[in-house]
Amino acid sequence: MASIPYNEIILDHFRNPRNVGEMKDADIKTTEGSPACGDQITLYLKVDPSNHNIIDVSFQSYGCASNIATGSIITEMVKGLPLEEAKKLNWQIVNEKLGGLPPVKVHCAVLAIDALHSAIEKYEIQHGLKKETVVSTKENLKERLKRVIDPSSGRDIISSNVVKDLNLSDGILTVYLSIDERNQFAANISSEIHEKIDFLPDIKKVNIIYEDKRL
Amino acid sequence: MPIPEGYIYLDNASSTRTSPEVVKEMLPFFTEIYAVASSQFSHTAGIIASEALEKSRKIIANILHVEPEEVIFTSDATESNNLAIKGFAFANRHKGKHIIVSPVETHSVLQSVKTLQQEGFEVTFLKVDDEGRLDPYSLKNAIRTDTILVSIQWVNQETGTIQPITELANICRESGIVFHTDASWAVGKMEIDLSKIPVDMLTFTGSLINGPKGIAVLIRKKHVLLKKIMDGGFNEFNLRPGVENIPGAVGIAKALELWTDDRRKIIAHLDSILKESLLTIEDSLFNGSKNFRLPGILNISFDRVEGESVILHLDMKKIAVITGSACFSRSLEPSHVLMAMGYTHERAHGSIRYSLSFENTEEEMKKTAEATRDVVERLRKITPIKKE
Repeated sequence: MASIPYNEIILDHFRNPRNVGEMKDADIKTTEGSPACGDQITLYLKVDPSNHNIIDVSFQSYGCASNIATGSIITEMVKGLPLEEAKKLNWQIVNEKLGGLPPVKVHCAVLAIDALHSAIEKYEIQHGLKKETVVSTKENLKERLKRVIDPSSGRDIISSNVVKDLNLSDGILTVYLSIDERNQFAANISSEIHEKIDFLPDIKKVNIIYEDKRL
Repeated sequence: MPIPEGYIYLDNASSTRTSPEVVKEMLPFFTEIYAVASSQFSHTAGIIASEALEKSRKIIANILHVEPEEVIFTSDATESNNLAIKGFAFANRHKGKHIIVSPVETHSVLQSVKTLQQEGFEVTFLKVDDEGRLDPYSLKNAIRTDTILVSIQWVNQETGTIQPITELANICRESGIVFHTDASWAVGKMEIDLSKIPVDMLTFTGSLINGPKGIAVLIRKKHVLLKKIMDGGFNEFNLRPGVENIPGAVGIAKALELWTDDRRKIIAHLDSILKESLLTIEDSLFNGSKNFRLPGILNISFDRVEGESVILHLDMKKIAVITGSACFSRSLEPSHVLMAMGYTHERAHGSIRYSLSFENTEEEMKKTAEATRDVVERLRKITPIKKE
């Protein structure tokens, strides 16, 4: 199977995913992605209220091998960890632990990490550990867009300069991209940007301007 | 690295095995007759090479019922489609700027017309129904006074849906519009007689008819004016420059010759076995046309599972198929064919295409259906999506 672009760690998690299934008595359940976008992951956490340690975790996956493998390895990594430690995990760490996903699949690791972070955030809000609502700024939107991956390089669209500039005014975010509309990943990157930003209550609209459509 | 023993290859709508008879026919043109095809005033080696090229052209012309000089050799169906569409548009832009295509064409057609849009041409994408079929009336309605070209495939690459080519070609002929069809998935697999259907240009390729890769044909009826899209010499009736691929031409001609009703019957038989058993899998959905499907391309979606995981598991069970899932595609977009048919993203993500060869066996069909059932059940155990 040398020709498959997945290494043995990934294939092992794909074939035998760990901690899989619905957890009926979970404290927190979160879902990221949707069947429509082709990848969905649901994460269940059980947290010890005395010390906020993750005492149990499970996941379910609808998606490709990378999605299944990432979900599986995350459950292994966070089991037993204090929430504060689990929070520090990011997709780079997970990707490294998996021995490196193919660039075009890195967004699957982001999805799984997003599920973990939303689960933790949800728990923190429910237990009064965190105050809600953040006002959108150019800077924190940029941070948010670091979770969108350029499938051709496997790096996020900010550090890979796929995003040239952002402009935020009157709740309208304009994203200037360095790729043309005919780029093979244009549609994918655009829908990922919308997915990460559109739901924010203080953002009214997201405009995406491709390099070849600049005035 | 060798292909594992017992491997079941069901991706014949992507590429087929070159038949040993074809390879045998081609071999002398690598090691013995390797001169370029040249004019009759040239050296003997070149004349012999030229005769082989012209003989291949004639074989293809006879089978499809066209004139030999209407057979143009190209490198691939992609090139044939580019030459037919761009070559025609650039040669005839003074007559009009409107082109009509279907949304389920292959990328070489869709991207060619996109390029033409940037050059000032206007393109209408006709709608297909949920079986992937065009209504000939929609073509009639889309035709304008400045329409110059219609390009609609004969058989769809993902679903095997057959378009009403005779009706579409007749409509174009009556309106004086040139009609091109990408018949890459039709030629060989069905009998095609171009003396009976007014098709002006037709594409097919060696790699899909158990011939070699790197060779294809564009049939171009004599009255159709094309401008070449690549600059060079005067080869192929001054339409396609470059040293002729003589082994390829010999190979594609031989491959086409070998297609008989016997092969078609075997494929139809295997197709019915596979289709029947796959559709007994719970929540499986047939994608395509009930009455107008070419056997051999079978597309089925399995609810609540994602295709790339299915094909990876099947590959580990030594079965080769592909999926219309976004995860699988080079653009991370779901199959444009299934989307144009009005299906949901989920249905496209869960779709698997099984494409057969006359060399497959009943045993392989049974194994494939069982393996698919096993994989689908396995993936449904871990999916967060509830059955509706």
